[in-house]
Amino acid sequence: MLIELKQAAFVYQAPEGEVEALRDISFSMAEGEFCSIVGPSGCGKSTLLSAIAGLEPLFGGSIAVDGEPVCGPTPKIGFMPQRDQLFEWRTIWDNVTLGLTLHRQRTEEQFAQVRRLLDRYGLADFAQMRPSQLSGGMRQRCALIRTLATNPKILLLDEPFSALDYQTRLSVSSDIWQIIRQEHKTALLVTHDISEAISMSDRVLVLSHRPAVVQADFHMDGLWQMDPLARRDTEAFHTFFNAIWKELNTHA
Amino acid sequence: MHENAPSPGRLQWLAQRRKRRRIIRIWQILLLVGVFGFWELSTHVGLSDGFLTSSPSRMVQTFLNLCRTGELPLHIATSCLETVVGFLAGTLLGTLVAIAMWWSEDLARILDPYLVVLNALPKTALGPIFIVWMGAGMGSIIVMTLAISLIVTILSMYQGFLGTDPEKIRLMRTLNASRGQILWLLVFPANYPTLLNTLKVNVGLSWVGVIMGEFLVSRAGLGYLIVYGSQVFNMDLVMTSVLLLAAAAVVMYRLVLWAEKYLNRFWGVIP
Repeated sequence: MLIELKQAAFVYQAPEGEVEALRDISFSMAEGEFCSIVGPSGCGKSTLLSAIAGLEPLFGGSIAVDGEPVCGPTPKIGFMPQRDQLFEWRTIWDNVTLGLTLHRQRTEEQFAQVRRLLDRYGLADFAQMRPSQLSGGMRQRCALIRTLATNPKILLLDEPFSALDYQTRLSVSSDIWQIIRQEHKTALLVTHDISEAISMSDRVLVLSHRPAVVQADFHMDGLWQMDPLARRDTEAFHTFFNAIWKELNTHA
Repeated sequence: MHENAPSPGRLQWLAQRRKRRRIIRIWQILLLVGVFGFWELSTHVGLSDGFLTSSPSRMVQTFLNLCRTGELPLHIATSCLETVVGFLAGTLLGTLVAIAMWWSEDLARILDPYLVVLNALPKTALGPIFIVWMGAGMGSIIVMTLAISLIVTILSMYQGFLGTDPEKIRLMRTLNASRGQILWLLVFPANYPTLLNTLKVNVGLSWVGVIMGEFLVSRAGLGYLIVYGSQVFNMDLVMTSVLLLAAAAVVMYRLVLWAEKYLNRFWGVIP
């Protein structure tokens, strides 16, 4: 198992008192799996990603990535934040190589890899431009390439498309799905959009209200090989949608 | 489409806009000419005493005299130098303190009450202290300008640093960035606009400090000319110096705006 969570628990300390965000999160992900997490807003989805990324120490339980317990940020994990978070004062090239700069891995070999990614995903001509000169969809692809540049095994996506309008969102999620498939990455996507979760992933985990536990685990059988847009036209899509919708509303 | 064949509606709109701009410009000039004309005329017809109010023609005379004796460049250069050194030092030192406070939240909390007090205190009250300590000279004038701009710089830069998008900081942390890397690659560049705004505010504040300082102690500078003129009851000199001061301040502000535009392009804030 590439990611393994055992009874992960997380408690916030605030001046007003303790806030129990995650109570008992246990699940594991195999290599190459695309998994989504949905849940009511404020249930601690983002916190869970932060914990897996090694930013927040757990209160209880354990998280292991690639067999090793998580105790800080690791290059095995790439993180794609809410909105694209490209730095306006840097060119696209300087943005996508940010991770390499931080890890002091500015080698020709690494640059060649980034150049290949830009080239393959239609951004080579924009390398010297500023983020503000690119469309929303292109910016998302840049953000993904920035994440892929350090060659992580696992991608954590924290509602990356939440700032996009519906149209762009559909095409971008399909885009990103394809890139993640082609690069053979394991991905964990947090979203509040049920249809996005079904259309992109092999598996959908439903979290409960705070303190969160894993309430249900759906495998998108029969949809795995279909791309996100095609999935939306299937019977199974609607069945899963209704099942997840019901699950989200039963223990409200 | 509208590039090669503007519609009649657009032509009309453009003509109206041009006309409106011209009228505004004409009124601006009329206001200036009117005020100065009335000023000049009132001394000629005896409505006011030129000895007390001076007049544009007397100011031109004074200006030419100052040019002839060759002391004018010295006074202007002195004040400008003090101002530039003052606002650059204020911005630089204030930014450094703000960086230190961002680095250590405990330091920021420790300094907080003192910054509140120092911010509330009218800095001109410190003038005499600086003079006693540093002597009557350019040094104490520059320290004076520094005192005026420093605290504001610290507060606004620190607020700017705190306002850095937390999601961007989270991104940097997942890439295992050190605190120094987060500062130099994210927090500081994200606050270029804050820095430039602070710089603009500081130009104005530094002029206040310089003129205050020159009122208290100086042998040269526009503030010195104003105070000297009033002491020897030479209102022509006072009025001329005030106008020169206004011109110098405007030129300096324009230069900073121009520098801002250039730097914005350089940093890619404007495509």
